[in-house]
Amino acid sequence: MTLLRRLYLALFAIYLLGPIVVITAVSFNAKRFLAFPPRGFSFRWYAEIFVANDWFASLMNSLIIALCSASLSVLIAMPVAYSAWRFGLRYAKALFAFGVAPFILPPVIMALGFLLLYTSVGINGLMINVIIAHAIFLLALPLVTISLGLESVDRSLIEAGQTMGASGWVVFRTVILPIAAPFAFAGFAFAFVLSLNEYIIALMTVGFTVETLPVKIFNALRYGYTPVIASIAVVFLLVNITVFSLIARFSNLPRILGAQD
Amino acid sequence: MNGQGGTLGRVLDLVPSSVMIGVFFVVPFVLILLTSFSVETETGDYALGFSLAHFERFATWFYIERALFSAGLCALIALLSLLIAFPFTYLLTRFGPRTQTLWLIYILAQLSLSEVLIAFSWQILLSRTGGVANILVWVGLAEKSFAMAPSAGAVLAALVYLAVPFSVLLLYPAISRMDKALTEASRTLGASPLRSFFTVVIPVTRPAIISSGVTIFVLTLGAIIVPQVLGKPEHWTLSVLITDQAIFNFNMPFASALAVVLLIISASVIFAVSKFGGGRRT
Repeated sequence: MTLLRRLYLALFAIYLLGPIVVITAVSFNAKRFLAFPPRGFSFRWYAEIFVANDWFASLMNSLIIALCSASLSVLIAMPVAYSAWRFGLRYAKALFAFGVAPFILPPVIMALGFLLLYTSVGINGLMINVIIAHAIFLLALPLVTISLGLESVDRSLIEAGQTMGASGWVVFRTVILPIAAPFAFAGFAFAFVLSLNEYIIALMTVGFTVETLPVKIFNALRYGYTPVIASIAVVFLLVNITVFSLIARFSNLPRILGAQD
Repeated sequence: MNGQGGTLGRVLDLVPSSVMIGVFFVVPFVLILLTSFSVETETGDYALGFSLAHFERFATWFYIERALFSAGLCALIALLSLLIAFPFTYLLTRFGPRTQTLWLIYILAQLSLSEVLIAFSWQILLSRTGGVANILVWVGLAEKSFAMAPSAGAVLAALVYLAVPFSVLLLYPAISRMDKALTEASRTLGASPLRSFFTVVIPVTRPAIISSGVTIFVLTLGAIIVPQVLGKPEHWTLSVLITDQAIFNFNMPFASALAVVLLIISASVIFAVSKFGGGRRT
């Protein structure tokens, strides 16, 4: 059994990591054409992300969109998750369900909906369009993490605070916020990473005016092999790993993912 | 965060969020529905109305075959990714908390990686000069290197790769909450580890397996780039066709009709999940 288990784990790790190893190796290729194993060693394709104006502009677009949409998403989710938990409002619970729905459906449906909305009101191609679209599409993430955090607040502490004469705002700030904040951060981080990597909504809302990295990469893929993409993939993977390590550091990752504590 | 304002104050706190969700989630859906039934004007544009023309266009063998292909492909992917991910998830929950967290971080990082980048890395892997084909030559299974993409196999391989991390995370809650006493009891009673895996672990987590499978199915229905980059046009799924109609043919009514079909397929499948229940939380 131990042999079988080791063999299986090894195969699984090779399967999962294999493509990543290949793409990492290729990203250090010194030549412009695709070669694996790589010929020579160079950091030039990493420098290219920051030196080539068009790639750098896309990177900045993606970062700004991800930061703004993740913040907006948390701001929209916070009152909904709070009211559903604190007062058990039926209306808040309904809003919660509506907020989770966009994330479950195939993203192309939401993308088309946003495209129709923006063209029908005549506001096209602005960065704010994709920021709002991502905030709504990813709303499920802060909604779920924040309510997980609120569930771990001890309600007797709130009552104690109120008995001592603390106002609703003071109770919120001193009792609820410190416990819920790491989970709100986790929701923000999840939304940030997924916005950074999102393709179809960015394409359909602002694809022809504000090019995000995934959109630019896909456009580049159509014209054959571009070595910069390999280095971007490695950078993105590192960004993802950093963000999720931060979540694991500041809140309980297994718990957020549904394990028992 | 109004504490003392009574019900009115509590509802007022929700106004900004309601407006955002209403305008940017409900309205787009209504627009898709209205557009899918719209009529063509003389200028070739479309206007509000009621016409089934776009759904009639879908009801031809070409598009029905596309829908069946999409559903079949996604069902196969759900099955394969669960087969690959289940034993791993089971072993993962037996690791110590530190190793578990490290694996979860990596799996989340890979899962969040843009579909564009996954498609790109598989394009490299399956190309004539990059990777798998060279290995086959090296071990003597092939005489000279060849390109493995575009092909149906390439689409399948990359989509399974995309789905495996999701499968792990979907199965994770149920398996990690499973009462460990159950497997211990079966072991004490003399069952081999493999036997207790098949007779205890799998039956106990069956609802979660079913609901994860269905979620993976819906998730891969949404894949857009892999079929385009690694497949030929005959491997395009409904999602790709919707994008194609909306962005490159500017045919919003037909794109909307296809989106409604995709919505019906996903919604009925999600409805099936909620009927089965299952151990999904997030």
